[in-house]
Amino acid sequence: MELIDFFTDYTLRTITLGTAILGAICGMLGSFAVLRKQSLLGDAISHAALPGIAIAFLITGVKDANYILIGALVSGLVGTFWIKGIVKRTRLKSDTALGLILSLFFGFGMLLLTFIQKMPNANQAGLDKYLFGQAATLVEKDVWIMAIVTGISLLVLLLFWKELKLLLFDVDYTKTLGFNTRFLDILITTFIVLAIVLGLQTVGVVLMSAMLLAPAAAARQWTNSLGVMVVLASVFGAFSGVFGTAISASQNNLSTGPVIVLVAATFVVISFIFSPSRGLLFREIRFRKNRREIHLKKTLTFMYHIAKNHENVSHPHTIRILNNFQGFTRKTLTKLEEKQFIQIQGNDWAMTEKGYVEAKSIFNQIGKEND
Amino acid sequence: MNNNLPAIQIDDLTVAYDYKPVLWDIDLVIPEGVLMAIVGPNGAGKSTLIKSILGIIKPIAGTVQVFGKPYKKQVDKVAYVPQKGSVDWDFPTTALDVVMMGTYGNLGWIKRPGQKEKKVSLEALEKVGMLEFKSRQISQLSGGQQQRIFLARALVQNAEIYLMDEPFQGVDATTEKAIINILKELRQAGKTLIVVHHDLQTVPEYFDWVTFLNVKGIASGPVMEIFNDDNLTKTYGINYKVAVNQ
Repeated sequence: MELIDFFTDYTLRTITLGTAILGAICGMLGSFAVLRKQSLLGDAISHAALPGIAIAFLITGVKDANYILIGALVSGLVGTFWIKGIVKRTRLKSDTALGLILSLFFGFGMLLLTFIQKMPNANQAGLDKYLFGQAATLVEKDVWIMAIVTGISLLVLLLFWKELKLLLFDVDYTKTLGFNTRFLDILITTFIVLAIVLGLQTVGVVLMSAMLLAPAAAARQWTNSLGVMVVLASVFGAFSGVFGTAISASQNNLSTGPVIVLVAATFVVISFIFSPSRGLLFREIRFRKNRREIHLKKTLTFMYHIAKNHENVSHPHTIRILNNFQGFTRKTLTKLEEKQFIQIQGNDWAMTEKGYVEAKSIFNQIGKEND
Repeated sequence: MNNNLPAIQIDDLTVAYDYKPVLWDIDLVIPEGVLMAIVGPNGAGKSTLIKSILGIIKPIAGTVQVFGKPYKKQVDKVAYVPQKGSVDWDFPTTALDVVMMGTYGNLGWIKRPGQKEKKVSLEALEKVGMLEFKSRQISQLSGGQQQRIFLARALVQNAEIYLMDEPFQGVDATTEKAIINILKELRQAGKTLIVVHHDLQTVPEYFDWVTFLNVKGIASGPVMEIFNDDNLTKTYGINYKVAVNQ
């Protein structure tokens, strides 16, 4: 497929638009899941939706995306609130509850799928596409539904922004201010379930949670503001959808869902390494720079202790004096000379006036900090 | 604000998480305008008592009244300073933003904070000596600074009663002095302050009222009258000698 087809081909345009919208809503709501430390809830919800898909087909007998969506939604919601119920009423921790519901619902869903496959019904084939998703089946109507749900959830987020932010940061405090935290919890959870269910057709049950988490995790690396994080996550998600679709369309037979997820994962990797404030790379650079600076300061104050005993601070001393001192290297000396704090002549060093003033101020400062 | 009614009245309050009661049949009357410490050993139910007053925890039995009415009807009169460790400080937000959260209750649903809310929040930040850190990401604040932020957040609630869960935990001497001065100022202004406190040595210096708690209520009253070795021994179970009554 040529690049030009990508913009002219109607089917492809529909699919691209669909995956972009899906990525945006997942990034937006995924930010809330990540900050509530409910990252794995998405995984449980998507798996829990599978029996709903099968049951919807069994009841209606047709493979209509609308019925299947409703079935997935209901069973996803049931799974979610069971998990919450288990955590609240038993002494099981949430990871256990998640794992339990996830495997229980998924197992039941698989059972129903195999049962359906053995039914004498020509209509049955293709339900298993919900396992790994098939973006090619997206039609204009699906994209409309995605767009409407995204619009509604955006509206709800804007409306209850203040309350939801408070809920994410401090649930107990939210309660004491008189807000109904149960309502807020159900509100945000329902929209997270909706986003997941919307993505099942495209990305599938198994990989759906990555769509929810990856853009949010990447976005968190770049900002310290909740608003910016949500916007960034939506942008990352949308780009993952577009790039993923483009790549899979240009390489024949590559499944779209997994490619989208891999693109999103690439965003995460890049963010974790290259983010200026939280990334690994810059943290390492900062760490090394700090360590070098501390070495330098330590050496300088050590020299200060020697130099201050002389009337002339620039009295030369042999470098060997420094040998017992930890953390001093030839490089430190060169660096100090570069900064004109000391002068080196042969095997001797001498402090400059500038170096003495600097060392004195470092010494006084450290003394103060330790008080 | 109300001459006859106590700030808080608790009757027959019993709370249990599992099979074991955390609070057992507490009766407590906290008069208006006191600066009160709640003291007791670990697991005595001090935080639970505060959370029960605030309606965060549902009791098995008993009632809590705030100026004669249930808490739900008095939310605007009560401010809360939770334990510092109860939230994730890596949350993407700034110091000023956290303080502004104190105004959310009065704003009610949906309405956003505006210039007025920002102004009172900045004033509260200044009061706790944190104005220069207003734009700082909260994870980059020290423990003492985070505690001050929580205090500022309660201050903007402009309440009548302040409930504080270990506001001195993990703060240095300077911050402790700063906080206690603010608490004393609030009491001067007629507010009621209820503080979970661990350092028995400072109780007589900081507080004028004290409640001894160890699952059951042991004693409650003016520090001058009831803060003695007898009550301390009853509460902590060991023979307690604190050199405080000189």
